[in-house]
Amino acid sequence: MPQALVLAVTADGALRPVTAELLAAAARVGDPAAVLVCDPAERDTLVTALGAAGATTVLVAAPPAGAPLLTGELAALTAAVTATGDVSAVLIESTFDGRELAGRLAVRLDSGVLAESTDVELLDGQVVVTQPAFGGAYSVRWTTTRGVPVITWRGNSIEDTAAPADAPAVVELTVEAPAPAPTVLEEHHEPVGDRPELTAASVVVSGGRGVGSAEKFTVVEQLADTVGGAVGASRAAVDAGFYPAQFQVGQTGTSVSPQVYIALGISGAIQHRAGMQTSKTIVAVNKDPDAPIFEIADFGVVGDLFTVAPQLTEALAER
Amino acid sequence: MDIAVLIKQVPDTYGERRLHETDWSLDRAATDAVIDEIDTRGVELALTLTEQHGGEVTAVTMGPDGATDALRKALAMGAAKAVHITDPALAGSDAVATSAVLAAALRQLDVDLIVTGNESTDGRSAAVPAMLAERLGLPAVTSVRALTVDGDTLTAERVVEGGWARIQAPLPAVVSVNEKIAEPRYPNFKGIMSAKKKPVTTLTLADLGVDADRVGAAGSATRAVDGAPRPPRTGGHTITDDGSAGAQAARYLIERKVL
Ligand SMILES: Cc1cc2nc3c(=O)[nH]c(=O)nc-3n(C[C@H](O)[C@H](O)[C@H](O)COP(=O)(O)OP(=O)(O)OC[C@H]3O[C@@H](n4cnc5c(N)ncnc54)[C@H](O)[C@@H]3O)c2cc1C
Ligand SMILES: Nc1ncnc2c1ncn2[C@@H]1O[C@H](COP(=O)(O)O)[C@@H](O)[C@H]1O
Repeated sequence: MPQALVLAVTADGALRPVTAELLAAAARVGDPAAVLVCDPAERDTLVTALGAAGATTVLVAAPPAGAPLLTGELAALTAAVTATGDVSAVLIESTFDGRELAGRLAVRLDSGVLAESTDVELLDGQVVVTQPAFGGAYSVRWTTTRGVPVITWRGNSIEDTAAPADAPAVVELTVEAPAPAPTVLEEHHEPVGDRPELTAASVVVSGGRGVGSAEKFTVVEQLADTVGGAVGASRAAVDAGFYPAQFQVGQTGTSVSPQVYIALGISGAIQHRAGMQTSKTIVAVNKDPDAPIFEIADFGVVGDLFTVAPQLTEALAER
Repeated sequence: MDIAVLIKQVPDTYGERRLHETDWSLDRAATDAVIDEIDTRGVELALTLTEQHGGEVTAVTMGPDGATDALRKALAMGAAKAVHITDPALAGSDAVATSAVLAAALRQLDVDLIVTGNESTDGRSAAVPAMLAERLGLPAVTSVRALTVDGDTLTAERVVEGGWARIQAPLPAVVSVNEKIAEPRYPNFKGIMSAKKKPVTTLTLADLGVDADRVGAAGSATRAVDGAPRPPRTGGHTITDDGSAGAQAARYLIERKVL
């Protein structure tokens, strides 16, 4: 069976949940294998975790010296495809970094990018993905006609898990950053505290301009915390300084597709919908009965978010 | 420093955007075509940089004949000249094929900086900028919200999910901007008038030496298998708060076992 390669996503020496989902998706189209770029000190723990998540092989590389931006991952992916030989697909999380890597890799492999995929299957031996278009107004299935397909995967799309592999085979890769590479001078991560990450959360509660101020965003946070969800924000809320830019959901922010998306004081502009319309269940609270968010809400409430949201929080807390 | 800005004509986001239900390609007739808003921000950055450091801005697009309108908008804002790549064989090109064509045009221009939008409103691949960098052997700094140039080095703030980083890269480079980079200036009357006289070079595949077999719907490595309009959400309903809507919403979520 050909191998389906997944770029492992890690943070602070641990796998991020999307890695297991990528391996589960990979298992549908090949023997799941992981490409891991990590500090040698974290390697053993991560290899074991990748095995538990389904990777039968782990291709590992140490990051190149000099903090180059993304070039280490790109070199590792390229080397992994060469080392593996028979590859059915490469799966990469559809983040800004992931999409950049996918683009470069597809050019190198002279293949195509199957972007923003939410489903993957083998159809007559061909890898076929499903992609929502125009904020979910359409769903189109895509395939490639040459080369190894490079799939960018939208996290939280499927719930399968891959069968665990006890002792994954480990393949060492040596990678160097090619010049001229951009270098990372400093990095800032927005602390999320105990909340899950936006792309991994099964519940996302987002606030919009209707929340009115940074202080009042606690209404959004309290609801999110009651259900173990992540907090998101519309661009208007971000631009008004109510919430940090890293939490923007939508076309130019993060795309999410949680089990439940709760929109508080968000009108539902097309650019916002583009980043959340594939959520399984959508609840919206808005004062304006004509707000476009109601067109896509499974449960809409015309009302004041400051009375509805706390009541919802309380009712869910008592559950 | 000379800068190329890539601009794309896209269906108006505020219109009803459609796909052809035969080959699932973009239905360009369904909506007005406009310059992608994100690309006007790229033009703004390029103009600001040439105002600071000298040099000129060239707007580049690959698209059907009507895409000249998008180029005129960039010229009216202040770009010095424009390149329009158009060829019947290009219709239906995917991102990889598009990048091959744009890269060929950019090689001829030989600029110090290439500015693009981080993600087009219709393609949304956010991959073209990186693909260009790969083809041209240049560093890429994508998703940039602030940028300065000092000599032949650029420093940028790159925003990604969950955080941001300060990045340094040597020129020439490819930079993609997000919408926080700058508010685009409005073309004034003088700009609009002079745009009509500025040079727009039209290039075909033959001019660029790109093989027609590698572009268009037939030459692209990706192909749509089938598609469907998403079924309208069924069972969705909206209530007006009578004082108990929060509790009702909770019941809805609990009964459906989604929470
Ligand atoms: C290129 C481009 C990219 C963009 N990218 C994004 C993106 O990634 N994400 C994004 O979100 N937007 C994006 N936008 C912006 C988008 O067009 C909208 O402007 C934005 O989503 C509006 O945010 P909002 O719904 O919070 O604000 P508004 O549209 O102002 O809506 C606020 C809503 O709150 C309601 N409200 C007010 N008070 C209350 C109350 N007490 N209780 C209940 N409801 C109340 C009002 O009725 C109103 O419907 C983008 C725009 C462009 C041009
Ligand atoms: N056909 C095109 N012509 C010119 N620029 C393009 C074209 N396609 C994409 N781009 C540029 O690449 C950016 C990202 O597009 P995409 O990769 O499609 O999301 C856009 O904002 C444009 O700046």
